[in-house]
Amino acid sequence: MSARIDTRTRPTPDWLWHAALAAGLVLWVAIYRQLLPLANWLVSLTPLDAHSHSGEALAFFLYDVPKVMMLLVLIVFVMGVVRSFFSPEKTRALLSGRAEGLGNAMAASLGIVTPFCSCSAVPLFIGFVSAGVPLGVTFSFLIAAPMVNEVALVLLFGLVGWKVAATYLSFGLLLAIGAGWIIGRLNLEGWLQGWVRDIHTGAGAGAPSAPSHEMTMVDRYREGLTAVKDIVGKVWVWILAGIALGALIHGYVPQDAMARIMGTGAWWSVPAAVVMGIPMYTNAAGVIPIVEALLGKGAALGTVLAFMMSVIALSLPEMLILRKVLTFRLLAVFVGVVGTGILCVGFLFNLIF
Amino acid sequence: MKHVIVYGPGCKRCDTTADMVKTTAQMLGLDVTVTKETDMARIAMAGVMSTPGIAVDGKLVHTGGLPDAGALEGWLSA
Repeated sequence: MSARIDTRTRPTPDWLWHAALAAGLVLWVAIYRQLLPLANWLVSLTPLDAHSHSGEALAFFLYDVPKVMMLLVLIVFVMGVVRSFFSPEKTRALLSGRAEGLGNAMAASLGIVTPFCSCSAVPLFIGFVSAGVPLGVTFSFLIAAPMVNEVALVLLFGLVGWKVAATYLSFGLLLAIGAGWIIGRLNLEGWLQGWVRDIHTGAGAGAPSAPSHEMTMVDRYREGLTAVKDIVGKVWVWILAGIALGALIHGYVPQDAMARIMGTGAWWSVPAAVVMGIPMYTNAAGVIPIVEALLGKGAALGTVLAFMMSVIALSLPEMLILRKVLTFRLLAVFVGVVGTGILCVGFLFNLIF
Repeated sequence: MKHVIVYGPGCKRCDTTADMVKTTAQMLGLDVTVTKETDMARIAMAGVMSTPGIAVDGKLVHTGGLPDAGALEGWLSA
């Protein structure tokens, strides 16, 4: 973004922000359209033959890295601005006392736009449950928030295509809605840790919350820039490593090598992918470029989607955090329901595609 | 003397926030004590759903993300 102007020393007028962002966007589009010729031109400068294996791998790398990074900067900025309109407090107010069904659908959708960090999953969980948000609705939120995120969607869109990105988005939402609804139906409120139940019935209900102050549009732009700095600053290494590894797979793993172990023919590959995904705590940024390369080598889409969802939604560290509020039985139900949902998505896709 | 509590389970941002409070207080020449609250139950009880959260003299003034430097000066000198 070209709008990185320090506003603390001298206030920048609002119109300059709008103008700078508009100019930034025009520049973004102009550069984005030139990426492919640029990558080919850079390869032509090297002694590599553009049509050789290594030449193609290099062109692929030089095209994909800037493409994904540019998409990421744009989308993370936009999502940062959008998120500034939401807060966990507002979302809680929207969800509290909401009936199941509609509540689950709302929670999953709000999970995409509400600012969320897995480090505050526990306070958020308690904040929701104590304010009368049904347990199942809370789970819909907690499943959707990390799983359907803009980084995963941008990478899927940029590397694999919009169809797979849209599929991941819709089935991620459906999974969050469905799993939350089932957990709600099971009436497991009694399986929360004792101290959480106490807050639930008493003190937490009227808990104070920080006063919300009015934000100007420029404040929201700043939120967007902070999000870019935070998120892109954190994931760029993963993306680079992932795309590099992906390029190696493209170049050196024989065609259809994956068809046997991760193809549609092997029914056991979906459960295996889910189980393998649980202890892996790589963020989406590192996994997706590899996933894309595996798809190219004959891995089945459903198996790959199941693996991705499992890596992101069923991560071991997050379970350890949630263990503080959930009894072991409830945690097991959570993993069981979400895991089964992911299995269904995997099998369904292998069947369709 | 003001008492500031920074709510957060010990993530990097929470430490940064606590440091920001300390340096801002020093810069303004204010007498401020800073405590970090890392207990999940207490964080939740204080009404903090997104960390870090900041309370000045028992009143919650901020939740979610690093505070704005200007706003922080305001809370501490108010």
